[in-house]
Amino acid sequence: MGEIKVARKKGWKELPEGDYLEPGSAAVFETGDWRSERPVWIPENCIQCLFCWVYCPDSSVKVKDSLMTGFDYKHCKGCGICVTECPGKKGNKAIKMEAEKK
Amino acid sequence: MANLKELATRPELLSGGHRLCAGCGAGIIARQVMMAAADKPVVVTNATGCLEVSTTIYPFSAWKTSWFHSAFENAAASCSGIEAAYKALKRTGKVDKDIRFIAFGGDGGTYDIGLQSLSGAMERRHRMLYVCYNNEAYMNTGIQRSSSTPLGAYTTTAPNGKVKKGKEQVRKNLTEILVAHNIPYVAQTAIGYWNDLITKVQKALDTAGPTFINVIQPCRLGWGYSPEDTVTLGRLAVETCLWPVYEVVNGKYKINVKPKEKKPIIEYLKLQSRFKHLFKPENESVITEIQRNIDEHWAWLHLMEEDTNK
Repeated sequence: MGEIKVARKKGWKELPEGDYLEPGSAAVFETGDWRSERPVWIPENCIQCLFCWVYCPDSSVKVKDSLMTGFDYKHCKGCGICVTECPGKKGNKAIKMEAEKK
Repeated sequence: MANLKELATRPELLSGGHRLCAGCGAGIIARQVMMAAADKPVVVTNATGCLEVSTTIYPFSAWKTSWFHSAFENAAASCSGIEAAYKALKRTGKVDKDIRFIAFGGDGGTYDIGLQSLSGAMERRHRMLYVCYNNEAYMNTGIQRSSSTPLGAYTTTAPNGKVKKGKEQVRKNLTEILVAHNIPYVAQTAIGYWNDLITKVQKALDTAGPTFINVIQPCRLGWGYSPEDTVTLGRLAVETCLWPVYEVVNGKYKINVKPKEKKPIIEYLKLQSRFKHLFKPENESVITEIQRNIDEHWAWLHLMEEDTNK
């Protein structure tokens, strides 16, 4: 993880004509602290359907070799869509929401 | 048919850390579109709007691909210019890659402010895909009505009160306006049908010409519901036949999702606070009108499907 650096603000004469941003640099901004509830993965109920991954607005479901491996709590905003979409196994969901501890 | 296991092996082109609301549908649409596009180099242009503002807050960008923004009204014009430059470079042998072009606009940047540039780009037949993430109002600036806002919905510029009942006009049918451009591929879909959306994006990107996809996007802020219901509401919009999932390929209509049982529109309206006032006895007529419009449009769409596939 890089650190957030914001340089001294430039005057209007110094500003470039256009702006270039590093691709994917938003990842250094951690939106995880927006959360009031966190999703918790229960691997024994997971059927690896990847619905949580495909519907996550924040790219915060970690997938390795096409298998769900957990959550990226640095960026997850705790919306709970993954819980709603999780079909689970035999009616037992593989994700539950837990209150964020202070 | 898209396959999630295969899609999961592709590079993720939208990073976390963007500042869209928790449970935002625009994030879901952008991710799914990029999943479908990630097998080729892709250039994205963005109209001003929630997606543009939230994903590129200075000095950060959530996009891991070439991305361009210049103004509210010209996502399609920018995209068509980049595509024209690419064609020129390809012709002179300076570029040999096969590149795809996608423009994203919200309903404000598409239905209203960007309509002229969109129409021009489609008419000039640029090979590009325009995706409208349609959340039915100007959500980024504080929920003002747009020409996509449905009848009866509360917005800050079409409020409800003693006299008014929310927005007084019906939305315009942009998908059909695009069909009228005689372009090879026009489609409409919703959040909640990932396979449909990804398949449509792949089809559009494989089409050698201008293409357009209109995706309805529940907005937790402007529609007023709890964030975990974003996908559920997208699905309800389709199950009530409010937002038919269909495509028009070279003028031929195909309805991709035909709900077994058409749910009454009340089931969709009652989950959203922007329609809360319609449940007062004096506003009942608005709900009746919404239901009548849906029934007429749904019947019309079936006629079109029948008529164009003879």
